[in-house]
Amino acid sequence: MAVSTEKPVGAKAPETKPKPNAADALKKIFTSDDPDPQRIVARRRRFVIAGVLGFLSVNFLMFLRFFFPRALYEPKTKFLIGYPSDFGFGVDTKFQNAHRIWVVRNTEGIFVISAICTHLGCTPDWKPSENKFKCPCHGSGYDPEGINFEGPAPRPMDRAHVELTPEGQIEVDLSRLYRWPKGERSEFNDPGAILHV
Amino acid sequence: MADGNGSKGMSGNGAGDATQNGGKKSPVTVLVEGAKAVGVQAAEEIKALKQPEKTDVWKSVLRVKHDETPRSRALGVLSNVFLHLHPAKINRDAVAYNYTWGMGGMTFYVYITLVFTGTLLMFYYHPSKVVAFRDILYLEHDVPFGKLLRNMHRWGAHLMVIMVELHMFRVFLTGSYKKPREFNWVVGVILLVLTLLLSFTGYLLPDDQLGFWAVTVGTNMARATPLLGHDGPFGRQLGMTPFNDVRFGLLGGSIVDSNALLRAYIWHCVAIPIIASAFMVVHFWRVRKDGGISGPAPVQLESEIKEPRKL
Repeated sequence: MAVSTEKPVGAKAPETKPKPNAADALKKIFTSDDPDPQRIVARRRRFVIAGVLGFLSVNFLMFLRFFFPRALYEPKTKFLIGYPSDFGFGVDTKFQNAHRIWVVRNTEGIFVISAICTHLGCTPDWKPSENKFKCPCHGSGYDPEGINFEGPAPRPMDRAHVELTPEGQIEVDLSRLYRWPKGERSEFNDPGAILHV
Repeated sequence: MADGNGSKGMSGNGAGDATQNGGKKSPVTVLVEGAKAVGVQAAEEIKALKQPEKTDVWKSVLRVKHDETPRSRALGVLSNVFLHLHPAKINRDAVAYNYTWGMGGMTFYVYITLVFTGTLLMFYYHPSKVVAFRDILYLEHDVPFGKLLRNMHRWGAHLMVIMVELHMFRVFLTGSYKKPREFNWVVGVILLVLTLLLSFTGYLLPDDQLGFWAVTVGTNMARATPLLGHDGPFGRQLGMTPFNDVRFGLLGGSIVDSNALLRAYIWHCVAIPIIASAFMVVHFWRVRKDGGISGPAPVQLESEIKEPRKL
């Protein structure tokens, strides 16, 4: 190895290390100058046990990873629901079966509620006579804008991202949700949470 | 018969002495002594960890080397679960139903019934979202004795949960969880959890509204698992989302759909029964290893030892 010219003259040359070598490493592992043959055997046995345990633990990690597939065949989270003029004032439940959403128009505009109870994920029922959403599982109640007022629900129902396509249709994106967790900032007025039309 | 391993383990409980004399000493000295006792105990336990094969847990789970004597070899045969599924001898009080209620045994018989009826149901059931519920209707209305089998399976499942709980209640009331049976209590608790998991996974299989929403609710609870659930403590910080957390692993997706049905089916019909059966074998074996079913009287009355019955 060439000595660096930046070093002061007379400085000790860096020691040349032997290159790492697989054969040497293996030799070091599998030969020993230990005079006690029993200790050598014990060491080899530990090596084998460590190898087997390592193999099994990698197998176990693979087993766990196996349960998390890379691709899913689930319903689309982005879809069109028609023109703003299709929706009158109040709650529209016509997409509940197809997309698990409600489209609501109030004085501010149109927004889309994800029809998932924030307690444990059932689908609440829209009760037009009582003017509220009522969850059949544990009795959470929400007003027509999805704001919880009774039962165990911890926060209002989430709202989906909405935007107008160039053709003027409403596009809903259920993978982008706007939440209003208790005691935190409401995201319901963020851009994309409501269409001011 | 029982060689009582585990009964001679570490039972050092230094904290007890400190609290007994607590009345005369100032609270500070009591605290210091208590802390010292805890420290000594912790040191002992760390010392024990260096020799894991000497700990109670190790000796309870894995084989223990005995002295090479004819007696221990004979015991090896006598206490072998495969050679003696029934004990060679039992305490005469152990057959008293008013003491044991026979709940453990009856739970096992119900389990056998469930395995049998369940296997028969598998002949007509497809774990697929399209036909699962129709197969249930088919079983109910068109398969000979299908309604009987399905109802035996359903009510047997309810009965098994009730019986496991009554069995646990009896064991608790009679104090049978105490030394030397504490390991078997732990096995029993695991079996209780497995029984509930069998019930839960079986709930989804009819693919009706009841089961669907029950599993929706049940797996949504898993969202709040600490560290592993995306709504649980530290879940979000560890990068958990609805697409990689423990709920996703249970459902095979982010929603309760065909993957979830298939997973519930396999856990219900293959994996959990095998795990539960293995734990049951250990459970029954430990009953005998720990000296038989616990009873109100010693194995042999003192009077009987002094005056053997004359013929």
